[in-house]
Amino acid sequence: MALFQLSRRDALIFALFALVVITMPVWTAPFGANYSGLMQKFAIYAIFAIGFNVLFGLTGYLSFGHAAFLGVGSYTAVWSFKLLTMDVIPAIVFAIIVSGLFALAIGYLSLRRSGIYFSILTLAFAQMSYNLAYSVLTPITNGETSLQLTLKDPRIIDLAFGERGAGLPTASLFGNTLIGLEGFYFCAVVLILAFFLAQKIFASPFGMMLRAIKSNQTRMSYTGFNTRPYALTAFVISGMYAGLAGALLAVTDPLAGAERMQWTASGEVVLMTILGGVGTLIGPVIGAWLIKYFENIFSSFNEGILSRFFGFVAEPAHDTVVAIASKFVGEGWQLTLGLLFVLVVVFLPGGIMEGVRRIAALFRRPGTPATPGAMRTQPAE
Amino acid sequence: MTASERNVVLHVDDVSKNFGGLHALSDIDLEVAEGETHAIIGPNGAGKSTLLNVIIGRLAPTRGAVVFDGEVLTGRKPYQINQMGVARVFQTPEIFSDLTVLQNVMTPAFARRDGAFKINILKPVEREAEIRDEAEAILEDVGLAPRRLSHAGALSRGDKRRMELAMCLIQHPRLLLLDEPTAGMSRHDTNTTIDLLKKIKARGMTKVIIEHDMHVVFSLADKISVLSGGRIIAEGLPDDIRGNEKVQEAYLGGAHRLEAH
Repeated sequence: MALFQLSRRDALIFALFALVVITMPVWTAPFGANYSGLMQKFAIYAIFAIGFNVLFGLTGYLSFGHAAFLGVGSYTAVWSFKLLTMDVIPAIVFAIIVSGLFALAIGYLSLRRSGIYFSILTLAFAQMSYNLAYSVLTPITNGETSLQLTLKDPRIIDLAFGERGAGLPTASLFGNTLIGLEGFYFCAVVLILAFFLAQKIFASPFGMMLRAIKSNQTRMSYTGFNTRPYALTAFVISGMYAGLAGALLAVTDPLAGAERMQWTASGEVVLMTILGGVGTLIGPVIGAWLIKYFENIFSSFNEGILSRFFGFVAEPAHDTVVAIASKFVGEGWQLTLGLLFVLVVVFLPGGIMEGVRRIAALFRRPGTPATPGAMRTQPAE
Repeated sequence: MTASERNVVLHVDDVSKNFGGLHALSDIDLEVAEGETHAIIGPNGAGKSTLLNVIIGRLAPTRGAVVFDGEVLTGRKPYQINQMGVARVFQTPEIFSDLTVLQNVMTPAFARRDGAFKINILKPVEREAEIRDEAEAILEDVGLAPRRLSHAGALSRGDKRRMELAMCLIQHPRLLLLDEPTAGMSRHDTNTTIDLLKKIKARGMTKVIIEHDMHVVFSLADKISVLSGGRIIAEGLPDDIRGNEKVQEAYLGGAHRLEAH
């Protein structure tokens, strides 16, 4: 079936990607990151970044408001848990639909402008949503206390089939609770599906049209394409990805707060994408994992760990080295991340994936072209 | 042949265009028959590019209308005009610099096949064999086949023009507008392009061409309109134009004779 077709190269990338994601509990162990809460975040924010890249990487439209769709996804999923059922499938489906509609409205207005004006418009809409969640919309969002499950939730579908248990219920998939590693594997499978869809978009004529819009919008319209619906579709798709990520956050922890929609969260996904490599399939995933790793692990390093790490340094210098290094970990993790970001943007404008490509080029036999035929010289005329 | 015998496909009907107080075009009347190659010549600033921009929908005329095959083009969006079968080569090549040469030429074929908008994610681009084969054949025609996997942005200016021409040709437009298609090309490349345009003509494609190079104009044109100061001062067969005193006066200040090199 055409739906499942991938080129041989893409199929190989897909297989490797799936393998890396499924074996995450193994390879994260040496980094001390192999607990399910963090691995779930790795999977969820990778989905967020992949979706963001469908818009930013392909069309070049830089949205500074994508966290709004993440937040909408979370709220929708928690409401689905509260009103209908603790099963995750309806929660995810509703979250994708609602965030998609939300993206349609914001995208329709924002895409009337391009460049920095587009970015500012999306930022304005997201901050508006964030502030509304704290003020006017508190009946829906529960304001600062966050939207949570309560013992009195109606849960119409669940309670039609069974008794209300003691304590708060947990999210489940067809009756199997998704706690710990099961929760991670659920998110991992969704990530793999999300990656597959992104691969299909990147390789498709639709993806090529989006790249062409980024390259030259004037040529696109004189070539017979109505560019606005193309950009809007990309915006809605990336909004749906964000909504999916938001729903998964609610699956792993059924609670939705407005801080998920704040501009810092929107900025974070921009950083993830640029750090990893804009417009590449794998880059945003690597960026998401790096940033979440820094945020969760690097930030917990203390002087004790550093002291052991620098144990090989002789005594008089040891304390100085530890004192200097300590500024870059723990609460100073953002300093390290910031420096890393600056270094990548200055020396590898294409992100970490550009670094990977450069290293790969070093190992390739000289004279072998990067793409077959690309370096073939033109015959003399 | 008189106009009534010919099948007129493009009719520029009494078009004027003002920019503030500047009359860029005044009362332009132009008829282009099916299959004809119609050249528009004139000194710099005569309004040639403005006229082309009005036809393609980039500029709205102050007065008058452009009619293509019985349908009014004026007021339509550029993509709608293209979907009606009008394609254009720009004076400064408008291409997709970030895509490969092959992708540049394949993209317009999708507009022709799938229309102005279609979400098509099922089949990868590389499995679109029909469009790919046609793009490769056209690249062969314009002499860019060996560079089909290069980045379009890395091409020389002359190659970009030939690629842009290929991007128009793959759409099989009924009317092709060419804004100085050989500017910046070597003599050899110019001759290749002339041969190519002659070949297209044999397929019956209607063309409007703006060109400075008289060698190109006299090799290709069936009919020539001379534009000066926003007005058409002469119109006729190449031989008539060549000998027209008024044209020589306006075009070259009377200093030189208009000649095919």
